[in-house]
Amino acid sequence: MADIIEKIESAVKENKIMIFMKGNRSFPQCGFSAATVAIFDEIGEPYATADVLSDPELRDAIKQYSNWPTIPQVYIDGKFVGGCDIIREMHESGELEPLVKAAVGASAQQ
Amino acid sequence: MIAHGIPDAQVEVRDYTGGGDHFEALVVSPSFEGKGLIERHQLVYKALGDAMRVQVHALTLKTLTPAQYQNRR
Repeated sequence: MADIIEKIESAVKENKIMIFMKGNRSFPQCGFSAATVAIFDEIGEPYATADVLSDPELRDAIKQYSNWPTIPQVYIDGKFVGGCDIIREMHESGELEPLVKAAVGASAQQ
Repeated sequence: MIAHGIPDAQVEVRDYTGGGDHFEALVVSPSFEGKGLIERHQLVYKALGDAMRVQVHALTLKTLTPAQYQNRR
């Protein structure tokens, strides 16, 4: 258990935008995961994904890590931002893109 | 069930596949005032408890304060 939590922590630290999802960006295995990556594709900044379906231990651990019961889960700059509904709402309200650009931009300057 | 866990919540739920496991819920409650979306959704998930893990496959959530709900109409 401790190992997998460490793995999650390094994944969200190393990737400014990290999405835990069902399937991968080319073949999402769930409508909510598909909708989420579609939004990030539209924004066009690089992001990383991890497939929870191929790793049952990760699937359980990520829910405990964020205290959030559903997949997908999006982390920006190491911080849990939300699932599909929240991402969609933030995208519609225009909050998401600046947050994404700020996170990616900050890492590019380092 | 949601209404049980969140005081003063107005809840509208739609079973959009008819299969009893894919739901869409609009929750309006004054207890969302001053809370971010993550906290609001977490309140709803908490109210659902084990049902969320066992019964429900998909839940689309919209969480509003009464004032936000008024503005939307």
